[in-house]
Amino acid sequence: MTQQPENLQQTRRRFLRDTAALAGSVALGLSVTPAEATPDTMRAAIKRVVGEGELRQGKVKLDLPPLVENGNVVSLTVSVDSPMTDTDYVKAIHIFNERNPQPNVIGAYLGPRAGRASLSTRIRLADTQNVIAIAELSDGSFWSESVNVIVTLAACVENL
Amino acid sequence: MARALVNVPAKAKRGEIVEIKALIQHDMETGFRVGTSGNIIPRDIITDFVCKYNGQEIFRAELFPAISANPFFAFSTIATESGTLTFEWSGDKGFSATESADITVE
Repeated sequence: MTQQPENLQQTRRRFLRDTAALAGSVALGLSVTPAEATPDTMRAAIKRVVGEGELRQGKVKLDLPPLVENGNVVSLTVSVDSPMTDTDYVKAIHIFNERNPQPNVIGAYLGPRAGRASLSTRIRLADTQNVIAIAELSDGSFWSESVNVIVTLAACVENL
Repeated sequence: MARALVNVPAKAKRGEIVEIKALIQHDMETGFRVGTSGNIIPRDIITDFVCKYNGQEIFRAELFPAISANPFFAFSTIATESGTLTFEWSGDKGFSATESADITVE
């Protein structure tokens, strides 16, 4: 008879301790793996394009609305400061994001015949996040610009 | 056959930079959405877009699910000679579409 209250007390103690430990690990992000592109996967995707080359800021202008109402259709324009001659031109423009399910958005390949290094398209954004544009020049250098976009209605969340 | 719309100026001066726009009807199903039955709807997107000027490639793009439905591209080229611009889209489930536009260079 006197044994039972003691046991209960112990299990209660253990329960509290375990809950606290679990809460702690969740807070540290140990047990949570989000199903979305994180800054880490974006960095990995960028590394696949850039390789060991150096990624420098500048030359690229990424034009995105700072506040997006509908993440399903976001107009985007990338232009690169380049003379676009046969010897000095933009080879490729890549766009990456942080928080969509996948880090890649588009890879576009152009050449000196483009005349002007610019590209417009429409993209999806799943969340408020950074979007980065990278230009690969004919001399092998990489230039980038990153823009933070606030998205009020996210793409990809609606069910059918 | 998906409907495609391209915009190329009919006439241009030699050496002028002309803007080209291409739009195609496509759902660009991402492969991340869940249907009414609770199953993931399989990915069905356009993966490649190529524009050729008299047979020579001037613009190419790799598309990912983050491109909006009905993909739109605007880019530019130098009007070098009269001829035809061809546009090709290809993607999942054997999707393929082509469109062409003529340009007269003076």
